[in-house]
Amino acid sequence: MSEGRIVTEETEEEVPAANGREDAPGPTPAPKSPPRWWLLLGRDRVAAAGAVVLTVVLLVALFGRLLIGDRAQRQDLDASLRAPSLSDGFYGLLGTDVLGRSVLARLIDAAGTTLSVAVPAVLCSLVIGSAIGLWAGYHGGRRESVAMRVADVILSFPSLLIAVVVLYVFSPSALNIVLILAVARIPVYLRTSRAEAAELRSRLFVDAARTFGTPSRQIIHRHILPIALPTLLTVATLDFCFVMLTESSLSFLGIGIQPPDVSWGLMVAQGRQYLQTAWWITVLPGLAIVLTTVSATVLAAWARIATDPAQRWRLTLPRKRRGASAAVPPEMIP
Amino acid sequence: MVTFLRKRILSSAVPLVFVVLGVFFLARMTGDPVDLYLPLSATAEQRAEFSAAQGFDLSVPAQLWNYLADAARLDFGTSLRTGQSATEMVLDAFPVTLQLAGVTMLLAITGAVLIGSLAAYRPNSLVDRIAGLLSMTAASIPDFWFAVMGVLVFGVSLAWLPTSGTLGGPEVWVLPVATLLIRPFGVLVQVVRGSMVSALSAPYVKVARAKGATPQRVIFGHALRNAVTPVLTVAGDLTVGLVNGAVIVETIFGWPGIGKLMIDSILQRDFAVLQAAVLMTAVTIFALNILVDVCHALTDPRVRQAVPA
Amino acid sequence: MTTAPAPAPSTTGPALDVEGLCVDLSTASGTVRAVDGVSFSVRRGRTLALLGESGCGKSMTALSVVGLLDPAAQVTGGAVRVRGEDTLRLSPAERRKLAGPVLSIVFQDALTALNPVQPVGRQIGEPFRIHRGLSRRAAREKAIELMTRVGIPEPRQRAKSYPHQFSGGMRQRLLIAMAVALDPDVLIADEPTTALDVTVQAQIMRLLRDLQDERDMAVVLITHDLAVVAQRADDVVVMYAGTVVEKGTVREVFSAPRHPYTLGLLDSVPEDAERGQPLPAVPGSPPELSAVPSGCVFQARCPLVRERCVRERPSLRATGDGRSAACHFSEELDRD
Repeated sequence: MSEGRIVTEETEEEVPAANGREDAPGPTPAPKSPPRWWLLLGRDRVAAAGAVVLTVVLLVALFGRLLIGDRAQRQDLDASLRAPSLSDGFYGLLGTDVLGRSVLARLIDAAGTTLSVAVPAVLCSLVIGSAIGLWAGYHGGRRESVAMRVADVILSFPSLLIAVVVLYVFSPSALNIVLILAVARIPVYLRTSRAEAAELRSRLFVDAARTFGTPSRQIIHRHILPIALPTLLTVATLDFCFVMLTESSLSFLGIGIQPPDVSWGLMVAQGRQYLQTAWWITVLPGLAIVLTTVSATVLAAWARIATDPAQRWRLTLPRKRRGASAAVPPEMIP
Repeated sequence: MVTFLRKRILSSAVPLVFVVLGVFFLARMTGDPVDLYLPLSATAEQRAEFSAAQGFDLSVPAQLWNYLADAARLDFGTSLRTGQSATEMVLDAFPVTLQLAGVTMLLAITGAVLIGSLAAYRPNSLVDRIAGLLSMTAASIPDFWFAVMGVLVFGVSLAWLPTSGTLGGPEVWVLPVATLLIRPFGVLVQVVRGSMVSALSAPYVKVARAKGATPQRVIFGHALRNAVTPVLTVAGDLTVGLVNGAVIVETIFGWPGIGKLMIDSILQRDFAVLQAAVLMTAVTIFALNILVDVCHALTDPRVRQAVPA
Repeated sequence: MTTAPAPAPSTTGPALDVEGLCVDLSTASGTVRAVDGVSFSVRRGRTLALLGESGCGKSMTALSVVGLLDPAAQVTGGAVRVRGEDTLRLSPAERRKLAGPVLSIVFQDALTALNPVQPVGRQIGEPFRIHRGLSRRAAREKAIELMTRVGIPEPRQRAKSYPHQFSGGMRQRLLIAMAVALDPDVLIADEPTTALDVTVQAQIMRLLRDLQDERDMAVVLITHDLAVVAQRADDVVVMYAGTVVEKGTVREVFSAPRHPYTLGLLDSVPEDAERGQPLPAVPGSPPELSAVPSGCVFQARCPLVRERCVRERPSLRATGDGRSAACHFSEELDRD
């Protein structure tokens, strides 16, 4: 916070002529158009790094399996428990596990599995939760309170607990995990979208649309959804972290992804008994999780500022006076 | 305050009923609930015997009645593993988890308030940026991995700390508490910082500075009390998440708390204990939520005077 | 606890002397100058109005004086003198000592300016705790005294109430009570009545005047309301696009403005309009701060604009008897 002290040697990179005056007289020129997304992203180096990491993970998850073939399952007992080294070829870069399988290959395979659980779960809960929330928030009244009550009930349970019980009853499988995580996280989107809809429904442009006889569904779709979307996407990014971590925890505990499928959490569990002799089997998958999660969190924090026109200016300040980064919304807590 | 409390307890009763009923119906969704209680290798005879003894051969409404009656008496059946009453086992395990969670939350909240306030007062200073990055990382670390790493570094390589068990002095607590607290701490620092930044940019803070208040007075006398509300909400949600964490930590470090009880009963298919543990946890969570609301009412006079919905 | 007290007030010279104040603002499109070379001074017992449209820089000037600018704004030049010292060159701790006993400010929105979770008695007593080291009880007594003085009924009970339990007018009185608690030399009132209805406005302004007379304060009144300036201020500084365009006593400036902008403002008062004629207004709108012209700032909207205005920015020239105006052609404006 400035105390108004005089700053005489301020030289910023982007300062135009001394006091912003123009030489041409006459009427004021049109204001510059708002900065483009990627320019904004480029300004915040940390967020840009996060975006790059996430893209890499996404690409690996999508196409990795094509590249590695069956190397994730190929056992070679002679090459058991080899340390990471540069002399064992590409797949030996990160070492091997007890059955001689390439850790790098398994990491890539696991990326595919983990994301194939996390992404659908997030998409499901995003779509369903937002739809219900927008509808409830827009109409208000009984619909709103019932929806909120149900959301509160679901959210008041630790999702790991719910997942654990349900997977016990229905037995673990990738599909069940996706379903239970999706259901457990619906309330998060419900709450956010309801809050947005409730705030927007009293705005003038909604009333204007109503006077034209626009049906509710269209109002929600055309007017409210576009405004709520950035917030929802930010929430989704943070939720992605949470879902990933939960799936990893479940797999670690043995009630998530089952062998022969592989997930990062499962790899950590499998490497535990070799912790002293072959630390890389446990450490590396965990690092993968951390990197992905941190990147997504950082990106979400940037998105929060960038998508809010009232806050966007913070990203355009010269670096040493950059404003606050966003806080985590309460419902994002695992 | 008393009316406030009464209304809150009543409104919590509804979800609790849902939980109780939910467990009942969930157990019967896959078909014969006996499958959940008995090991997979049980013979058809043993099944029939068990079924009759538990009343599973009765009609569903009758079963529901029995179930509710039992639940009211806190009778959830007997553990298949130990033969003990499930309720007893849960009540034995509960204090362990409570201690662990209590210590964790205390440390997390104190630490987060200090660091978050410091970061918020000098937004964008080195302290702030470091705090921000560290807290974001902390909030993203998988606790099971952190625990395993902790064991690797401190338990195995350096041999400073025990790798499991509850015997011994305070060093037994270090790794479990550290693992349990890392994520809530990371999240709380960010929330405290965010809400302090908001509070510090509020007009009444400008007024306080216009009165010549020192930074300490501004933070602790004005901003903090206003910043507390969102922090309380988050802290409440976090305590719910602690149950998740407790499951992991207790499993890895072998602490005999509710979390370990739940996982063990899952892996060994002991549904009676699982059921009791789940319900007990639900009650605790509701009680905690009420506690958080009471704290809200205490710190913000506007909440106290409003009639709760 | 207090350390060394602030320097004693001087009996001669102005209570507040602002000279060449410049403030830069960081925006999405670069750095702009929000306040450009503003100078004025106020003596004790007199009221100076900073008059201008929204965005002309008057609020930012006031915030710079008390040292409460947002992080996006920085003072880049000039001096602000109180009690012989330039506050802009003091350390934060020294500045804090002046905040309350010497310089004080009343904000526009009383609801957000009061801490919602603290009883008002505590907030009003706070200046005494900070600067005079009073105990909580003694500060409370002082607060109740002040509340009585500003006209809060049943002050002893109400001291325990919270801000949201008061009406808008009462809240504004509470803010004023806080601001005058330590008898400051200079009180800055930032649009103190904009958020209030007309009858309450009059009461608040009267209260300010009474307090000013009682305590011999210098008051800087920030407003866009010509009526308030005409009724309550002694001197006026007219601001436009971050610069001062005219200065003088209210009587003289309002009866014979020497700057086309002031003339335009005065002419646009609806009460003076003739029936059947369009309402006079100053055509156009103020320039964007990022595109302030290098010549006269008012050239785009001035009826008297000539080539010289575009080339050369007029400086504030004295036009006799303590008045000044920033116009090349102010003589042409002499009305009868």
